[in-house]
Amino acid sequence: MAKSVSLFVTCLVDQLFPPVGLAMAEVLERIGYSIDFRQAQTCCGQPAFNSGHREPARDVARYFLDTFEDAEFVVVASGSCCSMISHHYADLFGSDSKMMDRVHAMEAKTYEFSRFLLDVAQVDDVGARLNRVATYHDSCHALRELGIKKGPRQLLSKVEGLELREMPVAEECCGFGGTFSVKFAELSGAMANTKIESIKQTGADLVVSIDSSCLMQLEGTMRKQGLPISTMHLAEVLASR
Amino acid sequence: MSIQETLQDSKLQLAIYTATGRLMDHRANAISPELLPRYQEMRQHAHDLKKHTIENLDHYMEEFEKNVIAHGGKVVFCKDATEVSDFILRLAKERGAHLFVKSKSMTSEEIDLNERMEHHGLEPVETDLGEYIIQLAHQKPYHIVAPALHMTRFQVADLFTEKLGVPREEVIEEQTMIARRVLREKFLAADIGITGANFLVADSGAVVVVENEGNARLTSSAPKIHIAVAGMEKLIPRAQDLAVMLGLLGRSATGQALTSYTSILSGPKRPGEVDGPEEFYVVLLDAGRTKLLEDPEKRESLYCIRCGACLNHCPVYRKIGGHNYPWVYSGPIGKILAPQFKGLMADPWLPFASSLCGVCAEVCPVKIDIPRVLLQLRSEITEEKQRTNQGGLERLAFKAFAWAMRRPWIYEWGGMMGAGLLGNGGRWISELPIAPGPVKAWLSQRHLPAPAVRSFREQWRARRTK
Repeated sequence: MAKSVSLFVTCLVDQLFPPVGLAMAEVLERIGYSIDFRQAQTCCGQPAFNSGHREPARDVARYFLDTFEDAEFVVVASGSCCSMISHHYADLFGSDSKMMDRVHAMEAKTYEFSRFLLDVAQVDDVGARLNRVATYHDSCHALRELGIKKGPRQLLSKVEGLELREMPVAEECCGFGGTFSVKFAELSGAMANTKIESIKQTGADLVVSIDSSCLMQLEGTMRKQGLPISTMHLAEVLASR
Repeated sequence: MSIQETLQDSKLQLAIYTATGRLMDHRANAISPELLPRYQEMRQHAHDLKKHTIENLDHYMEEFEKNVIAHGGKVVFCKDATEVSDFILRLAKERGAHLFVKSKSMTSEEIDLNERMEHHGLEPVETDLGEYIIQLAHQKPYHIVAPALHMTRFQVADLFTEKLGVPREEVIEEQTMIARRVLREKFLAADIGITGANFLVADSGAVVVVENEGNARLTSSAPKIHIAVAGMEKLIPRAQDLAVMLGLLGRSATGQALTSYTSILSGPKRPGEVDGPEEFYVVLLDAGRTKLLEDPEKRESLYCIRCGACLNHCPVYRKIGGHNYPWVYSGPIGKILAPQFKGLMADPWLPFASSLCGVCAEVCPVKIDIPRVLLQLRSEITEEKQRTNQGGLERLAFKAFAWAMRRPWIYEWGGMMGAGLLGNGGRWISELPIAPGPVKAWLSQRHLPAPAVRSFREQWRARRTK
């Protein structure tokens, strides 16, 4: 019987970018996993946590732990949400040893999508094909909290027909930052513009990332400016054939 | 100049970007694995060293004082800015001093020392070129390390002509010579020299000052009296610790393995010595530091060695510049220091003005986890608002959020409603006379994604039943 993985698609992908979730499921099935999608799942609680509302964040985190308690692997469609679970749940329950046991158990089995492919499934070529020129955007929490840098590039390098070009400041923030993007909209927009200048320099017509939130920021800004550059989540690239 | 004005000033944007970008490049080169393979070890070492010192600060302050006295100097403990200026005013009166030369010191900026001295008729003159420029312009430093980073040579030309009465000069080297001529006279005539301190060495009672212009060495040696003003967190245990700390400071700040001048000053001149001051004082400033010491969650803020690397790398600082922060400490480190020194609710927006990208923590030579402290401050601010009955609407929104997120059917229904409302990319919402703030703010910069007709969970259910 195929090994089972539980998808945590995140609220953003569920509500705004369902193709990302479907692509993730398709890739995982292609390499021999069966997919468990728990309809009870909602959000990781990061919006409340980052806004300083720890009690609501704790409530949502507890709910997340309940929902995925007996999962074998939890594969997350976002570096940022994954980091919320594997790095910041501990900040929420620091003094509660019983909760901390549950948090650590969850940390051990929660994987961002690209890391799951490389570290657990140990696959870097999923048989994808896409004729595009792409550049990869390092999302901040994946890069700096999870240490994900080479993995997505390795996966992209195996996609037939895809040319990957590095941008000058791949590691600089896109300016999204959750509620930051509406509390400081103009500043956030200025940060996006800097990132987009760097994307334009590569001549790529596609920006790839492992976080849909960054892509929403970049895509929305590029579309407002009428630029002919589109965005895809890594899972969507890997599902292409 | 407001945040908005700064963002729209393309010349200023270029000036900030170029200057910080140059410092980033220099640092990146200096810490590259080829040149400094032990960089990450050094950071951990420096972090552990600062942690140990801060947690045993009382011990090291006593040891430092004992050793300063042994060398013929004096340590003056000051609990706040007023005590510092009182000490300096009293000394000036006793010695008949009027003219002060100063080398660059963020601590003296922190306590508005120049303004306090001028208020009492004394004449403090900044001798670091950047600090001299902003003193003439009556401004505060734009950057911890490069105080006049925002000014172009043309602005400096205007300023020198206006304030010094010299013919207009746009060549930077010539401008430096103008400042040098003025400042040489000040050095020779000054009664007292005031420096800051980059490190205070407990086991040797020494004040360490790093710089590139030679002005700090002159400030500490030409006048008869030298006063070093330093925050008490500047202590390190042993002289040998300087090997790591100096190596990290120069490289992180400007990409230099060592700055051009490193002065290790211990006490006044000894009998038979030619150079050096006759009197040597170290002012140890508290001004909120002991309060911070009591807070185990956030006391790592005191590990900072003021290298400015977090400013140079911060995508927010690089956009809004140094003067939009409410205090002299700007950038990410200022964002965590200001609320803790000036009061949590003095500028409650400040810790929220961050995308939490984390580059500040990545480049910090003493590994201060600035994003974690920011998150902690955000939480304290929302708690304080709750206590004082402010921000009720946002609190209610997050309560509702948490309630809905634990009820998937409510969450799903809400999502469907949202998708309906945001049809057509939400553009119609922005045209409403009273548009919801967050949507309007979002749309001011970017389009919304085209809404999913059916959520992932709906599509997944459909796929399963096929």
